[in-house]
Amino acid sequence: MFSSTKFNFIIPIISVLLGLAAGAIIMLIFGYNPILGYQALWNGVFDSPFFMSETVNRITPYILTGLAIAFAFRTGLFNIGAEGQVLVGWVAAVWVGTAVDAPAFIHLPLALLAAAAAGALWAFVPGILKAKLGVHEVIVSIMMNYIALHVTNYLIRFVLTDNQETTEPVKQSASLTNDFLIGLTGSRLHLGFIVALLMVLVMWIILERTKLGYELKAVGYNQHASNYAGMKVGRNIVVSMLISGLFAGLAGAMQGLGSFGNAFTNTAFSNLGFDGIAVALLGGNNPFGVVLSASLFGFLKVGSLNMSSAGVPNEIIEIVIALIILFVASGFIIRWALLQLKKGEKK
Amino acid sequence: MLDILYSIIPQMLFFAAPLIFTALGGVYSERSGVINIGLEGLMVIGAFSSVTFNLLYADVLGDATPWYSLLVAIIAGMLFSLIHAVATITFRADQTVTGVAINMLALGFGVFMIKQIFGKGQTDFISQPIYSTDVPFLVDIPVIGKMFFNNMYITSYIAIVLSFVAWYVLYKTPFGLRIRAVGEHPMAADTNGIKVYTTRYIGVIISGALAGLGGAVFAMTISLNFSVSTIAGQGFMAIAAVIFGKWNPLGAMGAALFFGFAQSLSVVGSSIPLLENVPQVYLLIAPYVLTILALAGFIGRSVAPKASGVPYVKGSR
Repeated sequence: MFSSTKFNFIIPIISVLLGLAAGAIIMLIFGYNPILGYQALWNGVFDSPFFMSETVNRITPYILTGLAIAFAFRTGLFNIGAEGQVLVGWVAAVWVGTAVDAPAFIHLPLALLAAAAAGALWAFVPGILKAKLGVHEVIVSIMMNYIALHVTNYLIRFVLTDNQETTEPVKQSASLTNDFLIGLTGSRLHLGFIVALLMVLVMWIILERTKLGYELKAVGYNQHASNYAGMKVGRNIVVSMLISGLFAGLAGAMQGLGSFGNAFTNTAFSNLGFDGIAVALLGGNNPFGVVLSASLFGFLKVGSLNMSSAGVPNEIIEIVIALIILFVASGFIIRWALLQLKKGEKK
Repeated sequence: MLDILYSIIPQMLFFAAPLIFTALGGVYSERSGVINIGLEGLMVIGAFSSVTFNLLYADVLGDATPWYSLLVAIIAGMLFSLIHAVATITFRADQTVTGVAINMLALGFGVFMIKQIFGKGQTDFISQPIYSTDVPFLVDIPVIGKMFFNNMYITSYIAIVLSFVAWYVLYKTPFGLRIRAVGEHPMAADTNGIKVYTTRYIGVIISGALAGLGGAVFAMTISLNFSVSTIAGQGFMAIAAVIFGKWNPLGAMGAALFFGFAQSLSVVGSSIPLLENVPQVYLLIAPYVLTILALAGFIGRSVAPKASGVPYVKGSR
């Protein structure tokens, strides 16, 4: 028999393999060579230090949005608003990064703090409404996403710039980029991954090593029991959303202070927040699992851009990712199939 | 003042129609106990399939093309929603997770297929869209005619009529009672001989049909083509309409109309004397802020169907 922790590892791995296999079958059906396709995917990441660092830059915000959504999930909340929290974090970081003059050891932390605070503020609204009035956090978060999109566009156009679509680049003292890394890879590889990995530890410590984390998880499992045990359910909901929004806001800072070094107007969402849902789920809502799944997603997304060199439309990877999620979600049936196999062996 | 209504009301119904269809689908799925975050993806499938069909068959079918396109989208939506149904009902997958996957899958699939068929990531504009018309005779009624029957899309009328039909079916027929029963207390329903799995499958497939139709109506009246960004959040707005409307078809219609109204305000707002000096950003965020205020203020707690989101395992207690 498999223990349930064993299943927690086996099901995602099987799902990834099944997803890639399904992708290969789809490529075969449409007359592409799956071996060449996946080779192009692999080479798209590992062929040059440039694309390897692009991949790291892609993974960094995925880790943070993954953490944001995983943290909320662990406490029984669905933060579909990470998307908007990323945007406000992004603009807040760039705002501080362009408008403030300070030495790097103050400027950079200040910009990161601004992003985290903006993300937390955006998550506070659904949190407080859920806690005080019982309004569904999903619908409020969706609304907050759109508000973020329009408000950040407005700020970029009329406050940060004079009717421009793109802001000035952030000052070097607030930038996450680093001349040494740029020289080494020729890309915009930045130090954000250190921030992301620190946050992984932060989430783990909060959830596993503090009284606050224990209470948050308890409220996630059973609100009524937690309430009966004397925990303040409403306060815990708000705190949980604040922490979740903080992670998402930092994901925005990674883009604004690192990968792009500026902010620009958007007509649609960046999808970092929505992809974060998938990252969290594949990672089993565990901070270390999130690192692994964010890495896989970053690898697939960056590598897929090279698949057109093998003639394969890169949307195939979107399909593969979606199928992986479907298989993970249907873990029950994989577990059942594995147990059947195991039984068969015994006979 | 009347002139403003003459321009806003048709716009409102125009923007609301796709949301109404999709939200009605969401009501049926959630009332049967299956959360459908995948409405967005199902709308994508509807938009993709209707645009593709329209482009390929416009020469053969002529003026009737858009109506056949809607039909194709309904069928495509039903088929695609089967994935959600199998995963959530039979495989007991987490419904939210599966819905998110459906959204990604639909978008990936749609754009992949467009590239296969047309060799590019964005289709041409369709040659046979649904046009707006004046309703004969009724348009001549003073005041009301210009508000409700001038420059209207037939799909908007269908959406409103369908909302009443959906309400009647859900609350006044045995079938509707079964849908509500399996969403509220599946075990009790099972004990009474209602087939929980079958009923839930039907609920999800109805949502697929209606969300497919919603996406197609959006494509045939508003976007007129298909690309990766054609359906950008309308499905999520439909979910908001479902919750806003307290899982009631007429409530969902009301919420969708409200969203349509707010959206039309941001379009025609600059021509309204009272609003012309307001920075556009306020008009743009108005629908979302108003929704939040409405939820926090006078709508109050909206409680989901009790068993919504919980897979039913026969024999479990």
